[in-house]
Amino acid sequence: MNCLWCDQAIMVDVSWFHFLNPSKPKRLCQACESQLIKISGHRCQKCSRSTTQSICYDCQRWDNDDPLIMNVSVYRYNERMQEMIAKWKYRGDYTLGYAFQHDFANGFQQFFSFIENDTQIVPIPLSTDRLLERGFNQAKQLADFLPLKQNQILERKLTEKQAKKTRRQRLAMKNPFNLLGRINKPVLLVDDIYTTGTTLRHAARILRANGCQKIYAYTLIRG
Amino acid sequence: MPNDIFPLPVEQAHHLAKRFFGKLLLRREIPLSDLNFHQLVSHRYFSPTPSIQKKTFRYICSRCNNQKRSLFGKLPCHVCQVMHTYCRKCIEMGRVIECEPLYHWTGPSPLYPSIPEPCSWNGQLADNQIEAAKRITSAIANQEEQLLIWGVCGAGKTEMLFPGLTKAIRLGKRICLATPRADVVRELLPRLQEAFAPVDIQGLYGGSKDREGTAQFIIATTHQLLRFEKAFDVMIIDEVDAFPYHKDASLPFATERAGKKVSTTIYLTATPRAEQKQAMHRNQLPFMFVPKRFHGHPLPVPKFKMCFSLRKSLATYHPPTALISWLHHRKHQYRQILIFVPTIKLAEKLGDYLQQLLFEQKIIQSRQQVQSVHADDKQREEKIASFRKKEIFMLLTTTILERGVTFPAIDVIVLDAGHDVFDEAALVQIAGRAGRSPQDPTGEVIFFHEGKTEAMVQAVSLIQRMNRRGAKQG
Repeated sequence: MNCLWCDQAIMVDVSWFHFLNPSKPKRLCQACESQLIKISGHRCQKCSRSTTQSICYDCQRWDNDDPLIMNVSVYRYNERMQEMIAKWKYRGDYTLGYAFQHDFANGFQQFFSFIENDTQIVPIPLSTDRLLERGFNQAKQLADFLPLKQNQILERKLTEKQAKKTRRQRLAMKNPFNLLGRINKPVLLVDDIYTTGTTLRHAARILRANGCQKIYAYTLIRG
Repeated sequence: MPNDIFPLPVEQAHHLAKRFFGKLLLRREIPLSDLNFHQLVSHRYFSPTPSIQKKTFRYICSRCNNQKRSLFGKLPCHVCQVMHTYCRKCIEMGRVIECEPLYHWTGPSPLYPSIPEPCSWNGQLADNQIEAAKRITSAIANQEEQLLIWGVCGAGKTEMLFPGLTKAIRLGKRICLATPRADVVRELLPRLQEAFAPVDIQGLYGGSKDREGTAQFIIATTHQLLRFEKAFDVMIIDEVDAFPYHKDASLPFATERAGKKVSTTIYLTATPRAEQKQAMHRNQLPFMFVPKRFHGHPLPVPKFKMCFSLRKSLATYHPPTALISWLHHRKHQYRQILIFVPTIKLAEKLGDYLQQLLFEQKIIQSRQQVQSVHADDKQREEKIASFRKKEIFMLLTTTILERGVTFPAIDVIVLDAGHDVFDEAALVQIAGRAGRSPQDPTGEVIFFHEGKTEAMVQAVSLIQRMNRRGAKQG
């Protein structure tokens, strides 16, 4: 195997231990893996931000009827992550997404062990234009790493790119989603990045308005 | 365009030809409406080629010639609903995927105006330059396949090209000057635009203002040539031996493909690699040797300075004491100092330290006069420019400034010259930064080291050999 980021060959030690316990092949080399920082220690119970408060300031600002029960993220946002996301999502390097598979699947086992078995995964969709441009939906790829049933029940209307907006502009946005059916089971929303949480809450709100009770979110990165 | 307009009137066809001729483009790189584009394709103005070629056990990317298995990916294509192969190597230039062909222009070729007096440069070539310039001109005029110019650092290789370029433009030929580094494109572009004022010249590099690459004369980084195919009559490859070019196989491939079937390729180098030396030796590559600098003075020969525990002090980001005492005792205190270090981190940390030290010892008036620069530095261009303007007294750099850049009066230091990044070619190039101006043709070059390496010894012996040949030539 070669590292998905730097394309150096990944060497595994030849030892009896590795011979008897063949580990899963690694997707990133040691050096590149160490550049990705997982969220650890105290985090906001609602949005996964690293903080000493139990609920961070931004989350206290959401009104009382927050449609989202909680969000869990795996990685912190840093420069390397930004470069990787740019290549994976904007340049459309689908294969690079597998670099996150292991940690994303493990994080699910760790944080969502309590979740009901009939929970359905709803990946946050892209608009049709963007999907044609990139060829794939990165949230769908992440959802594929998880062992639950998927239900692509949301559709996105045409809007401008989120990444270019400020927090205030994002909060003021109209709901960009349409619902294509009904779900009355618990839902786990999956997306690549949680920045202000507006997108996820738009999706959650429209799901709740149509009879969905429990809505969680699982994202790769807490921006 | 209505359908009955085909074949296109000459003027319109020429306009499109100028924009698209000699390129290999993805559909999204061709800014035409779908309707117009499809008409042009059906009338054979554009022809598609498969973007990923499938061979028995491998794939080949038609754009960058990547054949490495780990650099191909598969994705579930939303449009076609099947798994498609795409190239991961050149993905930064826009994804090349199996289901989208690459297009090249197959309409009429564009005509470039033949300008009678394209050269507005009124400098004089030195005697030894004239000989090489004549050789280049005849190679271009006779459409010789290739020619290598082996000139020492500071031989004035760029100026030697001028008569040849003049000839080529008079003949209405299309020219490309390719160099491995964007810094060099930025330096050459204004110089050549001044020297060839009536000619349309564009510079292409990652993030350049010119994007189109439609001019008759193009100066580009070798990476940018991946978008060209059979475009140029004259290809000039600067620094064939420099880093990405000789390491990354896709770049020689790109330069070869960018030339037309009948075209002249001219290589410029100061330190040919073993392959080129071999080819010259076997008479497979015609070459011309220019052993003398344009101002006629010999190359400065590097001096070695042994420092015990050099690496130990560099590990804690301290300069060796020998460097400090040299700073106080050097002969020409007015000269600026360029210091090469092996790593980015060392450049930054040592820069901070020296800034403090030199300020305390009153060698500099303000802290801003010591700076460090490296490849990821966002202010790289500004720093180099202000070093050139003498606003910066001491510049610490990684190997990015080893070639292609000219500063008039400097002393050059290499810290830890025994490090792996400083190979023979790099050291010769670094030594060649000193004494480049006719007003101040000498300059000190000092290698601080903790044990001589083969590369250091070879570099010095190469410089001495060239100086001897230069002296013999008179």
